[in-house]
Amino acid sequence: MVDQPAQAYWLIPLSLIFALVLALVPFPGWAVWARPEFVALALIYWSLALPHRVGIITALCIGLALDVLEGAVLGQNALALIVVTLLCLILYQRVRVFSLAQQSGIVFILVGINQLLCQWVQNLQGAGAQSLQFLLPAASSAIIWPLVLHYLRALRRHYRVS
Amino acid sequence: MTTTRSLIDTAATPIYWLADLPARLGEWGSNNARSRGSLVEENERLRRENLVLEGRSQQMASLQAENFRLKSLLNSTTILRDDVLVAELIGVSPDPVRHQLILDKGDRDGIYVGQPLIDAQGLMGQVVEVSEANSRALLITDTTHSIPVQVNRNGVRAIAEGIGSLDKLEVHHVSATTDIQDGDLLVSSGLGGRFPVGYPVARVSLIERDPGQAFAKIEATPMAAMDRSRHVLLVFTERTP
Repeated sequence: MVDQPAQAYWLIPLSLIFALVLALVPFPGWAVWARPEFVALALIYWSLALPHRVGIITALCIGLALDVLEGAVLGQNALALIVVTLLCLILYQRVRVFSLAQQSGIVFILVGINQLLCQWVQNLQGAGAQSLQFLLPAASSAIIWPLVLHYLRALRRHYRVS
Repeated sequence: MTTTRSLIDTAATPIYWLADLPARLGEWGSNNARSRGSLVEENERLRRENLVLEGRSQQMASLQAENFRLKSLLNSTTILRDDVLVAELIGVSPDPVRHQLILDKGDRDGIYVGQPLIDAQGLMGQVVEVSEANSRALLITDTTHSIPVQVNRNGVRAIAEGIGSLDKLEVHHVSATTDIQDGDLLVSSGLGGRFPVGYPVARVSLIERDPGQAFAKIEATPMAAMDRSRHVLLVFTERTP
């Protein structure tokens, strides 16, 4: 007898909210510039794994929430996350078969695009970073991507979200 | 736009709470795990400090009375003592280019946009967003913030701008011949109508007078502990509609 899949869709918003919390948790002074973009990572994972469930609308909602939480211009993170999610939706068939290292490389580029867009908006506001240190989160995100992939995939399989 | 923002902000209150939880647990743990000896010691220290402050405030009362008499002699308006409300920090902006704090007091406590924020040492910033239960304050060190100040010693007016560094402000457009010295205290001038008069803002830490430049390059160190205070004071000044 085949088990009826338990469609635990609540896992998706829950993991995104957890990512929002991680995006706010205070970091020690030396690490503030290298905080991985947890929200972008969670969105990248879900849009690669379930492109028919997580897409532009999810990115818009979570981006607006992140804007308000960060005190950024309304729409800054929304714009960046929408672009990242759109790229994921275009690339998911290719990225899924990549090796872990290649995937990390893609994550570096995607989060880098996210950071670049945020930096542009911040510069328009006159509050951008002075050097290339705004790209540090892209590197740290690429480094922790294997962990994110492992845990979110384990959760997704355990709760059979599809 | 503002109401949308404050609505989402109100909805996001639990997220702030969750993000602050580790820090609060740590504080709770260290409060509960302290030895009796250190508590007695702290009690002793606070008692001494209280005595000193009380001593000063005795003098303050007579000085205030004298000030009041002199002001009434000059027929100028009296300065009212400002009311304050203690607020607790529940978050700082995760983005290092934005110097913002999230406070646990909001609309229902009477907080309003533009309200000044101080700590024990000096002026910290102003409230920029208010939602139902919390509010967001911009620090004077943020790149988008400027504050009108004057030199406490001689009353020279200037504007101190944040440059995105927590321990530095820049004072722009002060001509090279102006009497301003290293170590001068800059206090809020009250011009601009946003900040009350006379709160310490910063201490001048560097002056460079380049004969080739029209203005001196002046840097100052903020008096308030921007990244260390967990409790801040919100000042209620007379509200301008």
